[in-house]
Amino acid sequence: MAKRIDIADLNIYYGDFLAVQGVTMPIEAGTITALIGPSGCGKSTFLRSINRMHEVIPGARVEGKVAMDGLDLYGRDVDPVSVRRQIGMVFQRPNPFPTMSIYENVAAGLRLNSTKMKKSVLDDLVERSLRGANLWNEVKDRLGRPGSSLSGGQQQRLCIARAIAVEPDVLLMDEPCSALDPISTLAIEDLMAELKTNYTIVIVTHNMQQAARVSDMTGFFTIEGTGKPGHLIELDTTQKIFSNPTQKSTEDYITGRFG
Amino acid sequence: MSLQPATREGWRNVPASRGVLSRSTAPAVLAGSLVAGAVVMSIVGFNWYGVALLAFALNLVGIYTLSRRVEGSRKAKDRLVTAVISSSFVLAVVPLVSLLVTVVANGWHRLDIELFSSDMRNVLGPGGGIKHALIGTLLITAVAALMSVPIGVLTAIYLVEYGRGRLSKLVTFLVDVMTGIPSIVAGLFAVALFSIFLGLGVRIGFGGSVALSVLMIPIVVRSTEEMLRLVPHELREASYALGVPKWRTVVKVVLPTSVAGIVTGITLAIARVVGETAPLLVIAGFTQSTNTNIFSGRMMTLPVFVFNSFTQPGSPRSEGIDRAWSAALALIAVVMLLNLAARLISRYFSPKTR
Repeated sequence: MAKRIDIADLNIYYGDFLAVQGVTMPIEAGTITALIGPSGCGKSTFLRSINRMHEVIPGARVEGKVAMDGLDLYGRDVDPVSVRRQIGMVFQRPNPFPTMSIYENVAAGLRLNSTKMKKSVLDDLVERSLRGANLWNEVKDRLGRPGSSLSGGQQQRLCIARAIAVEPDVLLMDEPCSALDPISTLAIEDLMAELKTNYTIVIVTHNMQQAARVSDMTGFFTIEGTGKPGHLIELDTTQKIFSNPTQKSTEDYITGRFG
Repeated sequence: MSLQPATREGWRNVPASRGVLSRSTAPAVLAGSLVAGAVVMSIVGFNWYGVALLAFALNLVGIYTLSRRVEGSRKAKDRLVTAVISSSFVLAVVPLVSLLVTVVANGWHRLDIELFSSDMRNVLGPGGGIKHALIGTLLITAVAALMSVPIGVLTAIYLVEYGRGRLSKLVTFLVDVMTGIPSIVAGLFAVALFSIFLGLGVRIGFGGSVALSVLMIPIVVRSTEEMLRLVPHELREASYALGVPKWRTVVKVVLPTSVAGIVTGITLAIARVVGETAPLLVIAGFTQSTNTNIFSGRMMTLPVFVFNSFTQPGSPRSEGIDRAWSAALALIAVVMLLNLAARLISRYFSPKTR
């Protein structure tokens, strides 16, 4: 089930370098939150810190609080692996496992964790996930083919199917459409609207029309200059951000005068 | 269609189309050069090296001037460099082909069943075989591989996936040092090591495996490291993002993705040590009889057999020399079979795209 996330006073570091400073952001359950802002302002870094993927990079660390339904994700006794099982992620570039077939890619989250499961149950799960990602009809006759034999847009939907197959509560998407053509982008946007009922979605995007089309809430990040940390400038309903933002810099950015 | 540049100045001042040499011109020039070289050399005193050298020079000059006149200077340079590179290739291949031809020519007439079915026990003149040496080589190399592949692959995994800071730098340094160890030193190391337990003058097949491992481990580490670094970081992240622990990611995503390259690297490492002579000579020794127990007694190996048959061919001499060539041929065949196996394995394991 979708869960809410509360972020308070989050500072994100790469070694000694402060990349994102002082972000406080509530993310309601079952909503789509879009993060926009110029390149290098720390949107992706922020996104990766929500499911503790940030700390995979050597020297990277965070300060502050990220809580999912009240549970502090950075608590001492919290295993990052279990956090990532509950908060799935879709990356900028489609990255299906090259050694696995379409079927195995979708089942990867369970197979890699050696979850024992009956073949029929697994079959159902794969079908459900692929249907959920709007890919079933295109691949149902070639589930044994390698995942890398699909087109870019199909690969990205395969990655979404893979992410939702482990049934997370929250789905993070890091510019999922930036490598895709408009038709595939539309397919994924439609998919997000459907997924909203079961998942809390946070999406980073450079495409402001996309943010306006799909999201309920929009957060604007920016950076004062190179070497300075990124800040969350404004977070509000998407409608408000795109029609009547409070901050001048938000307005400048969405009207194209900056960034 | 003409592609005349708008401004006719500087390097642009080149006609868009010029003559082109026909496809048969380059081979014709080469053939002409060879004939001319042969003619000249038959006047001054024939020898093949002279013909090749002269033909090489004539071909370069000929193709360059001809192309420059017809096709222009850029194409002419291209022709010149193509000719130089092709000649270098031929030059590089000549020793290889010559080696293979020599070994096959000298080795094939003793390539009979007796060669593989008998050892040298009580053989003084004709007959005899390499059974003991073949068994020794296969056993010693297999045990060496059994020891060095796990150590090498695990070291590489540590260096690529886990190693941070001082320890990993130290390990990398030690691997570099190991790469430079001369093979005879590895052999002496094995002698010194086993002398501690089994007394001076020890000769044991397992010692040969240890010596070969010392030589093999750095090669396996290096090649595996390269292959693991080639696995895109996105795949690891994709796996982490599914809530897969790091060790499972390594075992089930990183290794399968790079297994083809790792297997190839291991096979090349085996091929590299299977022909080692010096360390086996000092630790495994040589014997005339078949010994299948690697943990006790002297053990013959193919390279040592070749060395031994060549230096002490017995009487008549030709029999021993023939056996040496046949054993050399068998050794090359073993290496080739290994390479072939590596190709098949890597093809079977490599990620499929269609």
